Amino acid sequence: MATTEIRITGFGGQGIILCGYIIGKAASIYSNQHATLTQSFGPEARGSACSAQVVISDTRVLYPYVTAPKVMLALSHDGYVTHKDTMAGDCILVYEKDLVRLEDHGITARTFGIPATRIAEDLGRKIVLNIVMLGFFGAVTGLIPRDALRQAVETSVPVGTEELNLNAFDKGYEYGLKLAGKAESKV
Amino acid sequence: MSVNAKQPVEEGHPMEELLRMDRSPHIWCPPCGLGTTVTALATALKQLQIDLNNVAVVSGIGCTGRVAGYMKVDSFHTTHGRAIPFALGLHIARPDMKVIVFSGDGDLISIGGNHFIHTARRNVDITVICVNNFIYAMTGGQVAPTTPITAKTSTSPYGNYEHPFNLPLLAASSGAVYVARWTALHVRRMTTAIKEAISKKGFSFVEVIAPCSTLYARLNKLGSGLDLMKFYHDNSVIKHGVDLREVDINYQSKVIVGKFIDIEKPTYLDCLNEGNKRVFGDKYKPYGGGNGDN
Amino acid sequence: MKADPSCVLTGAHYLDGNHACAEGGIAAGCKFFAGYPITPSTEIAERVSQRFPLIGGVFIQMEDELASMNAILGASWGGVKTMSCTSGPGFSLMMENFGLGIMLETPCVLVNVQRGGPSTGLPTLPGQADMMQARWGSHGDYEVIALAPDSPQESFELVIHAFNLSEKYRMPVLVMTDECVGHMTEKVVIPPAEEIELLERRYTDKKPGEAWPYDPSEDGISPMLPVGKGYKFHVTGLTHDNRGYPVINAEAQEWNVRRLMDKVNKHVDDIIWLVEKDIEDAEVVVLAYGISSRVVQPAIARARTEGIKVGQIKMVTVWPFPEKRVRELAEKVKAMIMVEMNYGQVFLEMDRCIAGKCRSRLVGHAGGTVHNPFDVYNAIKEAVK
Repeated sequence: MATTEIRITGFGGQGIILCGYIIGKAASIYSNQHATLTQSFGPEARGSACSAQVVISDTRVLYPYVTAPKVMLALSHDGYVTHKDTMAGDCILVYEKDLVRLEDHGITARTFGIPATRIAEDLGRKIVLNIVMLGFFGAVTGLIPRDALRQAVETSVPVGTEELNLNAFDKGYEYGLKLAGKAESKV
Repeated sequence: MSVNAKQPVEEGHPMEELLRMDRSPHIWCPPCGLGTTVTALATALKQLQIDLNNVAVVSGIGCTGRVAGYMKVDSFHTTHGRAIPFALGLHIARPDMKVIVFSGDGDLISIGGNHFIHTARRNVDITVICVNNFIYAMTGGQVAPTTPITAKTSTSPYGNYEHPFNLPLLAASSGAVYVARWTALHVRRMTTAIKEAISKKGFSFVEVIAPCSTLYARLNKLGSGLDLMKFYHDNSVIKHGVDLREVDINYQSKVIVGKFIDIEKPTYLDCLNEGNKRVFGDKYKPYGGGNGDN
Repeated sequence: MKADPSCVLTGAHYLDGNHACAEGGIAAGCKFFAGYPITPSTEIAERVSQRFPLIGGVFIQMEDELASMNAILGASWGGVKTMSCTSGPGFSLMMENFGLGIMLETPCVLVNVQRGGPSTGLPTLPGQADMMQARWGSHGDYEVIALAPDSPQESFELVIHAFNLSEKYRMPVLVMTDECVGHMTEKVVIPPAEEIELLERRYTDKKPGEAWPYDPSEDGISPMLPVGKGYKFHVTGLTHDNRGYPVINAEAQEWNVRRLMDKVNKHVDDIIWLVEKDIEDAEVVVLAYGISSRVVQPAIARARTEGIKVGQIKMVTVWPFPEKRVRELAEKVKAMIMVEMNYGQVFLEMDRCIAGKCRSRLVGHAGGTVHNPFDVYNAIKEAVK
C-alpha cells in the first residue's frame, strides 16, 4: 500500500484549494488512484494562511487527514513557516522562490524552487501561479502522470480559461523537468 | 378503541359544505369573535365560487389555531408560530392552490413574527388572516405583543407597559400588497376584505379585532362579549388608505379600520421565474408542481 | 421507478461529501429545498441552489431553520420530495418541527453535517455528538431512522436511500454526516439513472370521502392523501385519531404514539443496515458509524496482523439501533468497542444491549478531529487482555 501525503499551503486567494482539488482529481479520476482532499475552512480560507491536504494511495484512503506530508507545496512564506515542522523526513518541498525564504527545517528535505508568480505574470495573469506550481510539482515529483494532471486542470478551471491554465501548467512542468532529480539543496 | 367514534351530524346547516360538521361543537367560548370570523371566511369562499378542492387552510397554535380543524378543505394544524413557513412550502409545491393562513396574534406575530415579516418581504402569494384579541387566550390570558399599554393580563397583572405592534404598519412595511383591518362586528366588510385578500396576487393580510370576553374582557373588567361588540360599534373609525403610522391601538381607544393597502407587486414565484428566465433563457426549467398523482 | 436522467449527473466526479449529498437528493427526485446557511453544511444548499433552475426544482433560503423545516413539511404535503440540511445550532432549531414531521407522518430528508458542540462549538471541525439529539431531540416519544455515511460516495448513496426510506415509512429520515465527510473531497461515481431505484409516494386508492390520513393498513403505514384532490383532509400536530382529528385523551395518545413507534419497530429488519467484517471468529468487535467506521479500519487491520481476532460492524443505520445483533454477539465475544466522536452516546445503547454479557468499551473524544487509529488499536489490545 503506497500512500503519499501532500500539503499545499499559501495565503487565501492564491488558489491553494483549487491546486489541491486538481491534484486529487488527477489522481482519482484520471489515473486510477485513490485521493482524499481535505482543506482548512473558516476565516483562514478567506485571506490569511490556508492549506489543502491530499492523501494519494493505490488503495482506499482510510485515514483522511495529512499528519506528516511527504510532499509540501509552499506558495507563501507564512504558510511555509506554519507547516514546515510537520514535514516527514526526506520530504519533497516545492516552493515559490520569490515568496518563500527557506529556513532550517531540522529534517532532510529535497527542495525545488520556482518563480511561479513571475512566470504567471509573464503569461499575463498572476492568478494562474497556482497552476504553474502544479505543473512544476507534477514534473519534480512524478507522482501523477502529466496527462492526468492536464486533464484535471482542463476540467477544473473556469470555462474560457482552459488554454491560459494549460499553458501555465506546461510552463511550470517544463521548468520542473529541467530540475527533476536535481534538488537544489538538502537542508 | 373508540378513537374513530363518529359524532352525530346535523343535516342542512347552511355552511355544511365548508365546515367539518363531524367536528361540531367547536371549542370556542360563546361570545368569542372567532365564530364570526370563520363564518366570514366561509362566506367569502362561497361567494368567490372557487373550487374548494383547491383551497388549503393552515393554522398555528392557539384558539385561532383551531380554525384549520373546522374548515372542510385540505387543512393543516401545525406548530406554534410556524403556520406561515408551512404554508409557504405548500404554496410553492402547489401554486395552483389558494393557501390561507388563519391564526392568532400571539402565534403569527410573537413566536412567528420572523416568518411573518419575511414571507411578506418575499411577497409570497398567500393570504394571512390574523385574529387579534390582544391576549394569549388558549393558555389562559397572558400578555401578547398586541396587548395595549395598561391592559391587564395574567402575566401583566399590574397593567402592560410594553409598546404593542401596529400590525397593519408591520405588514405593509414588510412588503404586503394588501392590508385591511376590521373588527368582528364588521361582518360584511370583513367578508369583502377576505374575498379581496384571497383574490389578491401576493402576500395579503387581514387583521380582525375580535373580542375575548373570557379573558381579555374579564381581566380588564370590560363587560361581556356583547359589551365589546358595542364598544367596536361606538369606537371604530373607518379610514381607508390612512397613513398606517396612525393606526396604533391604545387601551380602549378608537380603533381605526379600513382597507389600508392594495398595490401591485410581482410575487415571489413571479420573481423567481423571471429572474431565472433572464439568466437561463430557454434552458430554465420552471418547477412543474406536485400533482399528487405520481 | 427509476431516477429521472435529466437530474442525474452520471459519471465519475471529484466531489466533497456535501456536494455529494446535494447530488443524492437531486437524483432521488427532490424538487424543493428550504435551508438556512450554517457551517459546515452550507455547500449542500449552495449546490442545490445552483442546480435547481435547470431541473425544475425550487430552492429557497429561509429566514431560519425553524422556517426551513416547516417549509419542507408543507411542500412535502404539496406532493413534492423535499429536503433540508443543517448543522449544530440549526439542528436544535429544527427539532421542534422535526417532531411535527414525525407526528404528521411526512416524508422528507434532513441532513445534519455534525460539528463540534455544544452551542456554537466548533463550526469548522467534525463531531458526532448530535447522535442522541437525532434520537431524542424533539420532545415526546417516537422512533427515528438515521443513516451515517463515511465518504462522499456513501453520502450520495445514503441520501437516495434516505429518500426511499422516508417514502416507504412515511416519515422524516435523518442523514447524520459530519464536517470531515462533508468537507472531504473524493471520487464519487454517479450511476446511470436507470440504475437508481426510487420509491415513489404511496397515495390512497380510496375515493374522497372514504379515506382518512391515518387509515389502518396491514404494515402500519397509511397511504397518504393528496392535497387538492377533494379529500379535504385534516392533519394536526395534536394527538389525533385515524381521521387526523384531535383527540385529547390517554387512549388516543396510546394509539397515536404506538403507531409512530411500530412503524419503525416492526420493520427493523428491513431498515437496519450493517456491514460486518471478520465477525465469524471475532473475540473483539469494533462498532462505529460514519467517518469513525472508516478510521478504525487501519487499527483493526494492524490488530489482525498481530493475531488478535477482531471484527468490525459498520453501522450504516445508527437508528434504529441494532439491538438484536448486539445482544447475539455479546453472548459470543469477549468485548465490544464503540468508537464515536463524542463521550459516549450510541455507546450507551451498545452497553445497554450487552447487558454485562461481555466487556463494553468506549473510544470517544470531544470532537474536533477524527480518531487517531492508534487509540483504537490500543483499545482493541486492551480489550482482549
